[in-house]
Amino acid sequence: MVVRLLLEITDLAVEVNGKEILKDIDLYIDKGETHVLLGPNGSGKSTLFMAMLGFPKYRVIRGEIIFKEEDITNMTTTERVELGLGVSFQNPPAIRGVKLKDLLNIESSKKGSKPASEELDPETIALAEKLNFSDQFLERDVNLGFSGGEVKRSEILQLLAQEPDFIMFDEPDSGVDIENVELLAEEINVLLDKDKKPGLREKSGLLITHLGYILNFVGANTAHVLMDGRIACSGDPNEILEDIRKEGFKGCVECCGIH
Amino acid sequence: MLRNTLERAEKAKKKKAALGEDVDIEKFEGEEAGEHEEIESLKELPDKYQKSLLKVGVDPSEAGRAGSFLQVDQSKVCSNCQSEAIELMGLPQALEKYDWVKDYMWNAVPVDTDKYTAKTALGEPGGYFIRSLPGTKEVFPIQACMFISDEKVAQTAHNIIIAEENSELHIITGCSTGSDVQSAMHVGVSEFYLKKGAKITFTMVHNWAEQVEVRPRTGVILDDDTTYISNYILTSPVNTIQTYPTAYCQGENSKVVFQSILGGQKDSVLDAGSRAILTGKNSSAEMITRAVSKDESQIYTRGHLAGKSPDVRGHLECMGLVLSDDSLIYSVPELEGSSTDLELSHEAAVGKIAEEEVLYLMSRGLTEDEAASMIVKGFLSMDIAGLPPELAAETKRMIDLSIQGM
Ligand SMILES: Nc1ncnc2c1ncn2[C@@H]1O[C@H](COP(=O)(O)OP(=O)(O)OP(=O)(O)O)[C@@H](O)[C@H]1O
Ligand SMILES: [Mg+2]
Repeated sequence: MVVRLLLEITDLAVEVNGKEILKDIDLYIDKGETHVLLGPNGSGKSTLFMAMLGFPKYRVIRGEIIFKEEDITNMTTTERVELGLGVSFQNPPAIRGVKLKDLLNIESSKKGSKPASEELDPETIALAEKLNFSDQFLERDVNLGFSGGEVKRSEILQLLAQEPDFIMFDEPDSGVDIENVELLAEEINVLLDKDKKPGLREKSGLLITHLGYILNFVGANTAHVLMDGRIACSGDPNEILEDIRKEGFKGCVECCGIH
Repeated sequence: MLRNTLERAEKAKKKKAALGEDVDIEKFEGEEAGEHEEIESLKELPDKYQKSLLKVGVDPSEAGRAGSFLQVDQSKVCSNCQSEAIELMGLPQALEKYDWVKDYMWNAVPVDTDKYTAKTALGEPGGYFIRSLPGTKEVFPIQACMFISDEKVAQTAHNIIIAEENSELHIITGCSTGSDVQSAMHVGVSEFYLKKGAKITFTMVHNWAEQVEVRPRTGVILDDDTTYISNYILTSPVNTIQTYPTAYCQGENSKVVFQSILGGQKDSVLDAGSRAILTGKNSSAEMITRAVSKDESQIYTRGHLAGKSPDVRGHLECMGLVLSDDSLIYSVPELEGSSTDLELSHEAAVGKIAEEEVLYLMSRGLTEDEAASMIVKGFLSMDIAGLPPELAAETKRMIDLSIQGM
């Protein structure tokens, strides 16, 4: 029997509006690991997340995605999320009339078999407090008029309510002030079981970042550089970041062989 | 009633309404005013009626209410008022009690508007009289209910509401039909008079049966420094509704707000508008509509702002979601400026549910249907401004209850 990893993406190609954005993507992430996804603007990082979530516009034209030994390539978004996928979005939409509180309620009720109730359970309230959200804030329509940093914290809060097994973070640190990056990193570590010994971690993650500052607080096993829809380079996160800082993306990819 | 009024009503007996499908009034039967027995309190009503009342925001326990009025078919069944600040009675009783009440008849709504107003003037009397006394502010609302208990009934009501100088009056009205009624007609003429410095909030929930024809006729006359806020909620199936309340902002600094939540289901035809004639200096109007059409329903939302003096402001907003291919939303905003220095604007958007929003919720574990329903409910659950805190919370509950079925 083949032992499969938590997530196996093989030879994946994704098309958006008739244009092939991702090509030949191979990505393997095991239980307990955290990988970093780097790459210039427009290289296809978010596209990979959307495709993994099964958003209809992001059409898989080749390859497969195996998650928890199941081929999820053709599953609906809801099914994938039920299986344990989670995401924090780069730019989530605002939904008028849908309160953050209502959403948290549903998210936390979906993981157990708890019925959704009118009022938040004490655990969720405690989580919100940890992320510096007041009761009043939870009454606001989700993402409507949220500041950049509030959007990011609300995304992480929702993941905390959800507790997925594999989490994709799309630029959780962009536009966030230094103190809040540390706060978010702390919670991302909670989400990814970082308090446990590596061998005992159940949760895995894939994190997109541009500045990499957050990696000072969130440990990662491997980094991948996406260029023009291909994974051009993989290796030690710190070394790769250093190369990108010094040589730019192009330079980094050119000297990738030595990693 | 004045002979002149009756003559005008006679002449308008066959006059079709300017909008909406023409209803054959003859198909329905007028009831007698004394048919149903009077009770002291809504608590005495049979359980099944109490449930229908609760659905339209009328609380049979009468808790937190300044007073209660109930008309069943054409009979005044209950009228009680605990507040010293407010007079509440049937309109016929008010006409008997006060000589001057007749002067308020048919000023805000012309008697010869159409055959429905004519029918109301010429048929059996009905309706209520509510008057808040000068300088009073009752925070608890009066609740009024129009109920149709029998098949094929033609119910008419003529309501006169007067807020005397510097008074504040809150009204909740619910309209409903017995569970075994399918087809009926309701005509409600409501005339509001706001004296200097007065404020009225009027929140109405409709929950009719599927074959009911509804033709409310509403006029509001506003004096100086007055505020009138109307909240209208209809989300259950009905045959046809056509309503176009008109506010006459005659007074300086008078202000009117119309907020409507419309949910079209089955083959309902909802034609709901609001109109403000802004003649008073610095008067203003705001109209906000949220409409969702399902099944084969048709929703027409109309808004008309007429600015006729300098420094008036008006804004009209209609947001619609079309949820099925066989339903439609038709939004007709009209702006009419006939003076300088006025500011009238409108904003309308009709479309489908944003896919991006559905996917966002799905990626948090909701199914597609759950996501769509959450978005629709959120869309309809607009915040109602201008109510005292307790009433705002209560109204929110009423709205939540009404949109559950959407
Ligand atoms: N829905 C869409 N419609 C059209 N083009 C799209 C869509 N989604 C992505 N693309 C295109 O695919 C390419 C990759 O976009 P993507 O958002 O994945 O980039 P990214 O790596 O996340 O960039 P950034 O760092 O700026 O967030 C871009 O050229 C983008 O314009
Ligand atoms: Mg991106």
